Amino acid sequence: METVQNGTIKKHTLSLLVSNKPGVLIRISLVFARRGYNIDSLVVSPSQDPAFSVMNIVATGDSQTLDQILKQLNKLVDVLHARDRTGEDIIERELAIIKLRCTPEVRTDILQIARAFSCDVVDLSDKSVTFQISGKTEKLDTANKVFEPFGIMEMVRTGKLLMARGEEATA
Amino acid sequence: MTTKKRTGAEAIIDTMQQQEIEYIFGVPGGNAIPLFDALVDSPIKFVLTRHEQGAIHMADGYARASGKTGVVFVTSGPGSTNVITGLFTANMDSVPLVVICGQQITANLGMDAFQEADISGISYPVVKHSYLIKNPNDIFRIMEEAFYLANSGRPGPVLVDIPKDVSSALVEPRPAGDLHLPGYHIPKEADMSALEHAASLLEQAARPVIIAGQGVIISGAEKQLLYLAEKLRIPVATTLLGKGGFPDHHELCLGMPGMHGTAYANKALDACDLVMAIGARWDDRIVGNKAKFCTRAKKIHIDIDASEIDKVIQADCSIIADAKPALEALNGILRRSNTTEWIKQIARLKKSFPLKYKKEGKLKAQYVIDEICRLSESRAIVTTDVGQHQMWAAQFCKTDLPRHWLSSGGAGTMGYGFPAAIGAQIARPDKTVIAIVGDGGFQMTLCEMATAFVQKLPVKVLLLNNNYLGMVRQWQSMFYDNRLSGVDLEGNPNFVKLAESYGWKGFRIKRSADVRRVLREALAYTQGPCLIDAEVEQHTNVFPMIPAGAGLCDMLLEAPKEKLEKPKGGT
Repeated sequence: METVQNGTIKKHTLSLLVSNKPGVLIRISLVFARRGYNIDSLVVSPSQDPAFSVMNIVATGDSQTLDQILKQLNKLVDVLHARDRTGEDIIERELAIIKLRCTPEVRTDILQIARAFSCDVVDLSDKSVTFQISGKTEKLDTANKVFEPFGIMEMVRTGKLLMARGEEATA
Repeated sequence: MTTKKRTGAEAIIDTMQQQEIEYIFGVPGGNAIPLFDALVDSPIKFVLTRHEQGAIHMADGYARASGKTGVVFVTSGPGSTNVITGLFTANMDSVPLVVICGQQITANLGMDAFQEADISGISYPVVKHSYLIKNPNDIFRIMEEAFYLANSGRPGPVLVDIPKDVSSALVEPRPAGDLHLPGYHIPKEADMSALEHAASLLEQAARPVIIAGQGVIISGAEKQLLYLAEKLRIPVATTLLGKGGFPDHHELCLGMPGMHGTAYANKALDACDLVMAIGARWDDRIVGNKAKFCTRAKKIHIDIDASEIDKVIQADCSIIADAKPALEALNGILRRSNTTEWIKQIARLKKSFPLKYKKEGKLKAQYVIDEICRLSESRAIVTTDVGQHQMWAAQFCKTDLPRHWLSSGGAGTMGYGFPAAIGAQIARPDKTVIAIVGDGGFQMTLCEMATAFVQKLPVKVLLLNNNYLGMVRQWQSMFYDNRLSGVDLEGNPNFVKLAESYGWKGFRIKRSADVRRVLREALAYTQGPCLIDAEVEQHTNVFPMIPAGAGLCDMLLEAPKEKLEKPKGGT
């Protein structure tokens, strides 16, 4: 079994600019898998230039291994840049859709909490309510915790979206 | 370039001719027929092998011996999966290859059609890059990119998968030179401040050692390394793949360090106050236990691949650059150092702990290697397989010239040595080429004896035959109470008769007294390939040895009397 190196285990936020080609995602995920790094979330979207895609990855593991992973990602022919953005002052957003069990008796309570988190109601039935919530990951985590006792039937999250502030390029 | 429309396969051959490719190694098959059809009208020579693994190791040996890119043609499905070991071997050892695989027609991809394997997908972890060509008009660009990627920066194998309908389609002519590789960067000039830092560390060091890796040879930096070592009087250890990057006969040469390296190289590393790795990647066979490696030394690392920096050993000073320009720049600013005492100490170490073996008793593999190296005056190209014979050859074969020592290092691929020798002989018809192999590895690719015969190549196979998978037997004997398991090669053929049945000349050595006479005869035989079956002592172990995961200071010079703990490191 691989022993954990000196670095501490934590979540890392990475930003990549990659070629928009089949197989690129596999090559990237192989680099993580080989070093025993788990990918927590992954967002792939086209960039302004259709030849390239932007990837935002959140992954958990030790910091020293991550340095190596970043170098190995940058070595891939299809990766233009791979950067660690953990702890940097950049714009971070995530969106979630949450479906809650919601009978008429608790509806007022739930809607009140939803307002506090600036959730939008996207669907309503006699036994459920579905919200859309966006913000920083921490906010979504908190909302999740508060809604939990009511019974979350389903939830889906986009994963972290990143954008550098001002004129700086993100990836 | 012609303006006439070409088929995809012809476009591939056109690019090969532009790249001045002389030889292609391979085996055809249904989905590769258009490629082979296009070969008929081309001046490129095709070497038909008996197995695809043989083809890729030949291309690898050709590339290592010449510095040129080795090219392989295989078919889809099993034809392509048979080259995976060879891709892995070349990727681990930074060997430039372009491997073209035939593929099922595009409409059949992912349909489990006959001989359809997702070879580009399978290849990802073991190549520098891979392509699946779906648009015929991409062929010219992709082929040019493939050759550029394979033999630039840190070289490596590139796989190109080409469906049969794509290789048969007509393609638009395209001017050369239109590469599109925005994610591929080769380090240009070395950082001046890092160079100055390295220079000051080198000048201040009292006990410096250089570890020279294959990067020196790939870069063609042998002269620059020699100049630096002689100017500052620094001893040089060459890694298994770096052999020949610095002359083994030079007084400053320490030979190979590491697990089965020379005692003086390991003792020098253990005592040094500065170690500089050039084009070497602190391989675990050299470093052993990281916590115990060169504990008193500052570390300088010169490597063209940024991902090697701080991967294993944290460098105090790193230079991300090609070895040759980096050393040239370094030589330009280095002044002087004082290593007189250190060089005296090294000389004492060399005298006190020479490489040795017992000459009396049964025939020793080391003696046979020692003699063939002496009789060929270190001028022959030597290839090896993997195992005990490889380590003995690394110890006793003195290599003074670059590209004269070809061995599978990182991958440790048994079956590599013999086909690699065929490739090397094709690349260097002017040279004596000797494959030093064991009876285990040789039998993994010996079907290529037919290829050597057909190509009329005077390769010499020196078979060190101990009827064992000797290195595993050594481990079982040293660390597992001699509980031998799966290592007895009973059922070995009569190798001399086998050689003769392939049209080869066969020699046999049974006694030490016959070694020189038979080797002389074999070296003088140039009419075709020959095999020397040397029946060597069965239970000799390789020493020195640092058990895997131990420190340099834990080196064993000979078989220990007491029982040893099982090693903690990998194999």
